[in-house]
Amino acid sequence: MMDYLTRNPIAIEPLLAAVQSPERGGTCVFLGTVRGDDEVTGIAYSAYDEMAVAEIKRILDETQARFTSARVMLQHRLGLVPLGEASIAIAAAAPHRDEAFAACRCVIEEVKKRLPVWKKELHADGTTTWVDPSGKQVARGLHDR
Amino acid sequence: MPTVTVRFFARYAELAGRDSIALAVPAAATVGDVLARIRQEIPEAGALPDRPLTALNLRQVRLDAQVKEGDEVALLPPLAGG
Repeated sequence: MMDYLTRNPIAIEPLLAAVQSPERGGTCVFLGTVRGDDEVTGIAYSAYDEMAVAEIKRILDETQARFTSARVMLQHRLGLVPLGEASIAIAAAAPHRDEAFAACRCVIEEVKKRLPVWKKELHADGTTTWVDPSGKQVARGLHDR
Repeated sequence: MPTVTVRFFARYAELAGRDSIALAVPAAATVGDVLARIRQEIPEAGALPDRPLTALNLRQVRLDAQVKEGDEVALLPPLAGG
């Protein structure tokens, strides 16, 4: 069983191995990678680890209950993730492509809504900024959801 | 009085100057009551939003959820996973 959270670069092959089988002819992989906006040099990810693991299990179980022929797996990276590297990888496999794409999309959308993970952008000038869920930077003031 | 552990994460941990605190709360207290106690105990927590995202024993809950002895309450900044 692979870890849902890792502090190392994400390897795709174990994710594929967790979902693929001869009867599943369509496999879909989603990668979320660190984008170079506003002189960002990397993003430091942190999590409420115990809840994140529990939430990932729930998201995967719910997705497989909804898309019954599909198998889904994900891994989220924590710690400093450099530009261009993946912070999350999701693999979904199903007998046909429609269900694989739909299951993969379902997982990433639920992750965005539910996973207790936070990111702090690191900038070229040495400053750091917490990022809010809409992608807007929050330097000082606090915002409720 | 039941004792609960409250955990702070990310920006909220920076604000509160700590990762966690154990608090004794009245019987049948809610997560909202716990939040009010935190504001009394930790002056810096006054900067938290009025209604932050909260979790109880690893699940998101509303502020009216009731707590019991040994529960873990968490205050979650806006989620940014993915």
